[in-house]
Amino acid sequence: MSDTRYTKDHEFIRIEGDSAVIGITAYAQEQLGDVVFVELPEIGAEFASGDEAAVVESVKAASEVYAPISGAVLEVNGDLEGEPGLVNEDPVGRGWFMRLSVSDKSELDDLMDEAAYQAHLAEL
Amino acid sequence: MSETPLKHTPLDSLHRSLGAKMVPFAGYEMPIQYADGIVAEHNHTRAAAGLFDVSHMGQARLEGREVIAAFEKLVPGEIAALKPGRMRYTQLTNDEGGILDDLMVTRLEDMLGDERLFLVVNAACKDADFQHIGASLGNLPRLEVLETRALLALQGPKAIGVMAEVLKNCADTRCTGMSFMSMREIDSDFGKLFISRCGYTGEDGFEISVEASKAEGLARALLQSDDVRPIGLGARDTLRLEAGLCLYGHDIDTATTPIEAGLIWSIGKRRRLEGGFAGADVILKQIADGPSRKLVGLLPDGRAPAREGTEITSPDGAVIGKVTSGGFGPTLGGPLAMGYVASEFAAPGTGVNLMVRGKALPARVAAMPFVPNNYYRP
Repeated sequence: MSDTRYTKDHEFIRIEGDSAVIGITAYAQEQLGDVVFVELPEIGAEFASGDEAAVVESVKAASEVYAPISGAVLEVNGDLEGEPGLVNEDPVGRGWFMRLSVSDKSELDDLMDEAAYQAHLAEL
Repeated sequence: MSETPLKHTPLDSLHRSLGAKMVPFAGYEMPIQYADGIVAEHNHTRAAAGLFDVSHMGQARLEGREVIAAFEKLVPGEIAALKPGRMRYTQLTNDEGGILDDLMVTRLEDMLGDERLFLVVNAACKDADFQHIGASLGNLPRLEVLETRALLALQGPKAIGVMAEVLKNCADTRCTGMSFMSMREIDSDFGKLFISRCGYTGEDGFEISVEASKAEGLARALLQSDDVRPIGLGARDTLRLEAGLCLYGHDIDTATTPIEAGLIWSIGKRRRLEGGFAGADVILKQIADGPSRKLVGLLPDGRAPAREGTEITSPDGAVIGKVTSGGFGPTLGGPLAMGYVASEFAAPGTGVNLMVRGKALPARVAAMPFVPNNYYRP
């Protein structure tokens, strides 16, 4: 049973047991436009919530992606190296960025659920 | 944040109706992209034809007795040798040899003993340019800023066919016979047009100066063709970067000279011998001795783009220059950049590093254009 949360910076956090899959939302990829490069962290890197964790480069510009929760990098999406366009084609699926361990479950409470995120989008 | 209200081109409502994403640029609200996105727009221009609104650029006519000799004091380009209907790329220089702006200069037919030039300059510089030209030339020549004319660019291999179709009712519609870097005045269903075979994409194509009131009608007529799609500033930038063309305010400015920028080809042989233009001392000395730094193309070995401002270092870690334009080339299929490096590192193939987010990413100096150009050369 997965549970997806969101940040106001348009990252998604799909909670799968003790870890979470992080990426950017459909809205974010649409705003960025054609993604041409994603810089992902090293496996094992540890982040505090709010640390810069990845960089996504579109034709237009480079944008930082911040760790939405504290945790260690368990896995990164190696497919993005050869196919950064997956972020545009399937952002919440094959275009995921990284899997983080969830070190502090209480941080998840600060994130938006689906309904809150949809309400956030409606205000933009 | 500047509170100056943004200006709008005559095609503003057309852009919005076509789904453009509008951004501030050089004091105007301009389309950065349409629904297709930058990569699709870029590819469409290379494969078929793209329509660009460049009405924000400055257009002017300069007329007067012996105005060409006077104008040549402001630019290093060979203007006197231009035949009527022919155009040149040149730069307005300052006394230090720096570039105030780059521009296109077309010689029109003389009229009643007056020589006449048609100028197209950059949007961000146009007020300063026209003030500089007016102040430098004095009262005798007439500088008429063409504020009521829009400028459209139709670029790509299918542009010629589209022009012939859209202008087929004109008595004098032989765009097909126009050579590269030439201009014609044509009476059309859209009023008097100044059509130039030139552009900023590396492709064959045209720039069309049209009265503002007729601009939307002309744009819609061009867009009727299945070959034509509207293209925003985003793809204009990737197209010009692949073509190795400088962008004013980024690759060239008052702190760079035409020689450092690799624009020596735009300075005629006579001008090199005679001088007599602003900054000639500096520029002619750099031609003789070689500049200490040069604008070069850069190809990163990896996939990460290096953006404007990225430091360039030598293999042993010394800072040797800075990226002035950089991003991703859709036709090239990878990252590309332009930047200044110390001249000993300027030879194509030289290995350098680009400092991206604190990491030294290896890159090679590359000859430009990055993508072969496709200008009309019969």
